[in-house]
Amino acid sequence: MNTESFGDLIAADDVLLFVNAAITSTGQREFRSDAATQQLSLDFLHAYLLGNYRDLYAGVLALDINDHNAVLVIRGLLESAADATPGQRRREGRLIAGRLALLPPQRVYGLFRSLRRAAVNNRRTRALIRDWLAARPDLAFDAVKYRSGLKQTLRHAHLTPGHPELGTFLFAPLSRARYDTPILESWRRAHYEQAAVYDLPYTVAEGFAARHGIPRSVFLERIAPRLTRQETLRLQETAQRHGPAADRAVRADLSRMPLTRLAGYVLSLPAAERSDRRAELTDALHRAAVRVAGAHRGTWGRVTAVLDDSFSSYGSGAKRRRPLAVALACHHLLAALAAQYTGLWTSGRTDALLAHPVGPTPLGERILDALDTGPERLLIVSDGWDNAPPGLAGEVLRIWRTRLDPDRRTSVVHLNPVYDAADFDVRRLAPSVPTAGIRDAEDLPALVEIAQFAEGRTGLAELRAYLDARAARLPHPRVPAARAEGAPQ
Amino acid sequence: MSPHPPAADPAAPRPGLLDGLDVRPSQVWGAVRLVPLVRPEPVTDLRLHPRVYGGPGLVDLGGGHAYASYIPHGLVAEWTPDGTPAAAYGTQLAEDRTRRHPDTGRTGGRARPDQPVAAMQLHFHRRTARREAKHRVRFLPLHLALEGYLALHFGGPVIAWEEWSQQALRQGLSPRAEAAYLGTDVPGLADALSVFEIHPGQCGVLVYLADTLAAAFVVPHPEDYRTLHPTLVQDLYGDLVHHYATLMPPVPDFTARIADGPSVRSLAGLRAAVREQAAQWAEFHGTTLAAGLLDQPRTWQRVRRMDRFTLSRLLPPFRPREANHIGEAITDEHGRTVYLKTFRLPEAQVRRGHLLDRLAAHDWHLAATAAGLGTTAAQFALRLESAGFGHLLRQDVLDHYRSSHRS
Repeated sequence: MNTESFGDLIAADDVLLFVNAAITSTGQREFRSDAATQQLSLDFLHAYLLGNYRDLYAGVLALDINDHNAVLVIRGLLESAADATPGQRRREGRLIAGRLALLPPQRVYGLFRSLRRAAVNNRRTRALIRDWLAARPDLAFDAVKYRSGLKQTLRHAHLTPGHPELGTFLFAPLSRARYDTPILESWRRAHYEQAAVYDLPYTVAEGFAARHGIPRSVFLERIAPRLTRQETLRLQETAQRHGPAADRAVRADLSRMPLTRLAGYVLSLPAAERSDRRAELTDALHRAAVRVAGAHRGTWGRVTAVLDDSFSSYGSGAKRRRPLAVALACHHLLAALAAQYTGLWTSGRTDALLAHPVGPTPLGERILDALDTGPERLLIVSDGWDNAPPGLAGEVLRIWRTRLDPDRRTSVVHLNPVYDAADFDVRRLAPSVPTAGIRDAEDLPALVEIAQFAEGRTGLAELRAYLDARAARLPHPRVPAARAEGAPQ
Repeated sequence: MSPHPPAADPAAPRPGLLDGLDVRPSQVWGAVRLVPLVRPEPVTDLRLHPRVYGGPGLVDLGGGHAYASYIPHGLVAEWTPDGTPAAAYGTQLAEDRTRRHPDTGRTGGRARPDQPVAAMQLHFHRRTARREAKHRVRFLPLHLALEGYLALHFGGPVIAWEEWSQQALRQGLSPRAEAAYLGTDVPGLADALSVFEIHPGQCGVLVYLADTLAAAFVVPHPEDYRTLHPTLVQDLYGDLVHHYATLMPPVPDFTARIADGPSVRSLAGLRAAVREQAAQWAEFHGTTLAAGLLDQPRTWQRVRRMDRFTLSRLLPPFRPREANHIGEAITDEHGRTVYLKTFRLPEAQVRRGHLLDRLAAHDWHLAATAAGLGTTAAQFALRLESAGFGHLLRQDVLDHYRSSHRS
């Protein structure tokens, strides 16, 4: 570390700051800042990183940054392809292709659309689009579900779809009397025949159902098999309102839901329903947590968590109860990871299932309570607005580190689900405590790893090594990586 | 606080304005500092509900006096004579309640729409505080206090000294106008209130702008506070407060600091230091931040008795260049505050109140008042004019003073 220059330390610091921002911020409204502020702040960070640390900026794609920021990074890299050296382009090409394979298709089509709007059409972009489309499992399905997205993408990249009927379907759909591909044929028939509507993806079928005037309850009941996992989760309450038949058909299998989504769903239910379905919901959360913990289950020793359920954990209308959902998910995940676990909510409540965003944030007191339990690991999940009294958490942690536990027997990590737009970072509690942004509780083990960098004890070289290791773990698209580079050498 | 303690000794000193309320750490947003006040035990036999009016209104004060003002909402105080908890329909919005109690829908003898309407509509209110039913009083928050200020020596000169104009002698100070800013126009206030995290058991808040006290607000019950918290942006704030909010940079947080002393050797020691912090803040707040309101000598004017409660208005001593808060309060039989709302007077309004007070103290004799203030009659007359009371003096007298001052 002594060999590192001052500039390297700043670089490591900047990158960690960007990683925190890219994990937490989605450019949506937060409790304390509006969408425009978040976007402005985030755009600045992207421009700053791209201009100063292009390699590291691309390397961040391998981390658990959220989809919104992954798209922004990819776009930034493709827009400024001319500034990159051939070596950089090769590496970036691999990273972009690897990340595109992870992104949900609607995000990718959105990205292609924004590239078209920004008039980015270099050879590398076209090659990436071509390879991504070639790797799609069912292009005919995409043509129905993401119709305009695929159409614009093909047009922008000057590609001929490999599928014989797709060209006609996208550009002159009603010119054919019938299609041989079943889903395309269903789409054609759905214009005239109600039964064919139920062979289409839910989002497309919804439009046809409206056109045919199909009652919502009937529609929900019959479309149920075509719903994706998240659509099912989203439609639970709607189906309940539309009678028992629809409710039975659209019944989410909660035990298979991802942890944070599930926590968000649980928190969306009224308290009375949560206590009625206590066994079912707790069990589902527990299973999801155990699934995430995997082989690490029970290996973390004595863990105590301080979880923020103050009023600000409501988030905003755009990210409803997100911080609280993350805290609830962490609560269950840590219970699975730890051998012995204590979860302390800032409001002092003990029933995690009935968590509700209310009251101030007395983090300092709660951290004291947590340290009383003598944990090996202390995790704090909070937006960092310690206000009862302000700054007490920082003081308690400082005294703990300097006077009461100088040998670091207890490791303390603060995970923050909220991006503070004014500070270009997540809010920290104390300089001695590493802070990492968190979006999904599923990433918690990896984030605790990153947080160690934030303590300032590791330098740029280690950070680079870590990024490379993570890049190696990215999925390799089915097409050979050499083709994905695309750009002329 | 038990519902019906024995009656207080009348000779006992009046308790402080915020006695029985605990101060909690402040929350800062920009130039706004909000200090929550928590009641260890809520008052259950007096409850307040908001009633939405949402627009300009005309208030008939009786005796041929009336005034027009922006009146966003009214408050309904409801109590039980025997100290049992008041009806729980307490903290619903007015629309629901009016449906259940159609008799309350006729406050001014005229139809009152149940919902705030988009169109500009004039509401007619009879008196600022008015009994609606046996155990229910409707009053317009802050207006009680403002009325007290506006009606200060409203009758005009008590002795017809020759300097006073015919208008002053016949109509007194009428018409009297004062202006204030709406809370939504005070920069940052609405944001500060919306990101504020309400404490459990919170029954009040002190609003500071640029660390000067702008308003104090106390209600009997935490549920009332929860309902009435957003109405703070609909209240009136003086132009001083508005200027402070516009021009001041963000105020710093009073962050907790624990000294690295030898006492902090264990977690228990740390805990004790933390408790000490909380006590320090409460003391600092009481003796420094809120001192302007708490130490201000004030006059209480009783407006209405409501069994064990009293609705009164507070008038400051009108000392120029000091913080002067007018306000209204409901107190219980021990004089403890159950409801409180204050308004910080801007400097110009303090000056007007001060001049009127001085004049009244000298039976409206111009020269005597001027002597009391240590100036000449001419200078005092010009001060009156610049304070907006020029029309009270006879034109030729005023012209004479003006020319004598110029020469």
